[in-house]
Amino acid sequence: MARADSQTRFNRRKFLAGVAIAGAAGAAAPPAAKAATTALTPGAGPHPSALRPNAAVAATETATPPAMAKAEGVPGSDFMVDVIKSLDIDYLPCNPAQSFRGLHESLINYGRNKKPEFLTCTHEEASVAMAHGYFKIAGKPLLVLCHGTVGLQHAAMAIYNAWCDRVPVIVMGGTDLDASKRPPGVPTFHSAQDINALVRDFTKWDDQPISLPHFAQSFVRAYKLAMTPPHEPVMIALDTGLQEETVRDRSKLAIPRYAPTAPPQGDMNAVREAARLLANAERPVIVADKCARTANGVKLLVEVAELLQAPVIDQKGRMNFPNTHYLSQNSRGRALLGEADVILGLELSDYWGTVNGFIDNGENEGAGLQESHIKPNAKLISISSIVLNTKSNYQDFQRFQAVDVEMAGDGEATLPALIEAVKQALQADRKAAIEARGNSMKKAWSEARGRTRAAASFAWDASPISTARMAMEVYAQIKDLDWSSVGGDRQLSSWPSRLWPMDKHYHHIGGPGGYGIGYGAPAAVGAALANRAEGRFSVNFQPDGDMMFSPGVLWTAARHKIPLLSVMHNNRGYHQEVMHVQRMSNRRNRVAYLGKDLGPMGTRIENPNIDYAKLASSMGMYGVGPITDPNELAPALKKAVQAVKSGEPALVDVVTQPR
Amino acid sequence: MHIRAWGLALAASICVGQGTYAASAEHGKIAFMQHGCWQCHGTMGQGSIATSGGKRLAPNPLPWETFYAFVRSTNRAMPPFSEKILSDGDLEDIYAYLQSVPKPPDVNSIPLLKP
Repeated sequence: MARADSQTRFNRRKFLAGVAIAGAAGAAAPPAAKAATTALTPGAGPHPSALRPNAAVAATETATPPAMAKAEGVPGSDFMVDVIKSLDIDYLPCNPAQSFRGLHESLINYGRNKKPEFLTCTHEEASVAMAHGYFKIAGKPLLVLCHGTVGLQHAAMAIYNAWCDRVPVIVMGGTDLDASKRPPGVPTFHSAQDINALVRDFTKWDDQPISLPHFAQSFVRAYKLAMTPPHEPVMIALDTGLQEETVRDRSKLAIPRYAPTAPPQGDMNAVREAARLLANAERPVIVADKCARTANGVKLLVEVAELLQAPVIDQKGRMNFPNTHYLSQNSRGRALLGEADVILGLELSDYWGTVNGFIDNGENEGAGLQESHIKPNAKLISISSIVLNTKSNYQDFQRFQAVDVEMAGDGEATLPALIEAVKQALQADRKAAIEARGNSMKKAWSEARGRTRAAASFAWDASPISTARMAMEVYAQIKDLDWSSVGGDRQLSSWPSRLWPMDKHYHHIGGPGGYGIGYGAPAAVGAALANRAEGRFSVNFQPDGDMMFSPGVLWTAARHKIPLLSVMHNNRGYHQEVMHVQRMSNRRNRVAYLGKDLGPMGTRIENPNIDYAKLASSMGMYGVGPITDPNELAPALKKAVQAVKSGEPALVDVVTQPR
Repeated sequence: MHIRAWGLALAASICVGQGTYAASAEHGKIAFMQHGCWQCHGTMGQGSIATSGGKRLAPNPLPWETFYAFVRSTNRAMPPFSEKILSDGDLEDIYAYLQSVPKPPDVNSIPLLKP
């Protein structure tokens, strides 16, 4: 279809057909193709477990192409590069694939491998997760190219994480649409009518352009939609034929101008009602999840919290609120919500889960205990853009929670109006009560800090090493640097978020969104890549289970000299599942079968233990460990920090307590 | 079941108090690991905000009666451990292990934890 409507008359198809015919005839078959034929001869040796490709297919995949027919004009994919360059995209983390070979060639030769620069990835899940982490530091999306069908299936989990985490990624999947012309065998296995269907449930928009002008429109539209809150991934199916057709008159192809779309803002009447409730509340509480997208977002949240002297519970989907501020009251979250008369939820992923509790104990006919944590008459306010873009199949929208004032708008974009409305709504006679609230928060903050420090001292000298000790040994080595924590820390009892002073918007970047394992290592590399441009020091506490989903990303970091300190949180297990299987065993009154492991069979990563330092070394980066003695941490970390400061990635393997 | 659990709790308490059963902290540590207690509470019972609501088992564990009753009959986030899967003897040894866990150093003596 693309060819019928395109400008091209180039004979790429005849060239491919020629190669296939030559291979079938055998006369021109390359050595690999001959070997494939020989191996299928009866009695020639053990039968393979799957049929090898026949000579024609093997030749198509492995033959050296003869001189290509010359065509007048420029390749269609050169024009695609012009379109891509118009959007100032920095990098292109990709695993190479035949279905986008035309564009690949144009990007590195015509585009000179700049803006975007190709980053060689070993798995498409890592490519997308790198783009995910990159955005959360740089605020700019990356482009990911992947093989249609097979590569996109690898990428799918990472796209889902980006969807749940509201992060834009521009994904393009190569596909060969014209069945009558595409090469048989592998390229046809790798084509589909509609590759976008694979990820349509968790992308904001997708398209399959059938001409170059259509591509230009689609790409700019995709970028624009992805970058309009709620940020989400978008998908474009890229026809192989379209990439390889010839443009005879480039001057006739235009690139649409990109202008950013203003983010949606909450309705002003609703903003004023929310302000009235907050200004008159005795015990208001602010809960923020994915609210602050920028440094200004943090500043705005501080301003509204100070106006009200309201405690803030940061659910850490983003770096929303400085933990150095006395209104940061994360450790008292449950108690504060229980006493609240007005709760402001800002971009909450799970409002129901914020104000209700769930205990997975098998009671209530297996549904567990479900209990409200708030007063029955508490007023709930929500500002969230996600309601503007909710789909049906995947349940990332969570349970339904009725709220009193709900705004379909971006949290950060709505805060300036809310601040002004709160200023208007605050009455002079409330001043003393608000000031008293602030004073009680200062006292509570100080006491909570003391309790947290004391809690960190327990098991301080333990082996396996306590996660608090690990966190503070790392902090001691980087505290004088301009650091950025580029991984989640929930799995290590949130010690960095609780003990490290975090007041800059890049001090942490939240988690995966969809909790799909395999996000951590590549997202950290992507975020570190963005931090590299700012001269920041990136550190990631890397869970062992997550590492083994995409360990190849360590090689990508070494290959492209992305400085990142990875500190393994090596508890030698899929620990969440360790606990789940133990829970089920108890519930069924059975002893959990451990075999020779320390946890229920099938949940531990031991026997043998993985040597992550050797894994790192094998990828060309500095690696040290495993470290089991806490007193050996400081010297090991010091060396690793030096390696990272020199511009290289480094890894320290720490054998840790479970959480 | 609750009555039975309390009855056993008292019996165990008396036995422990009278020294008729010599609880072994050494074996208790092994039992603490084998029965999965470490999974949520850490190998030294230090706890975690992620898995035990921040509650610590050691040092200074709960009184034996309270500890025993909770392990046998809890219906909160922690699953109960019946006698079928965790014997009274093992539970007593686990308790002895928790009692043996030393106090941590004074937080103010740890340079990395100074404010």
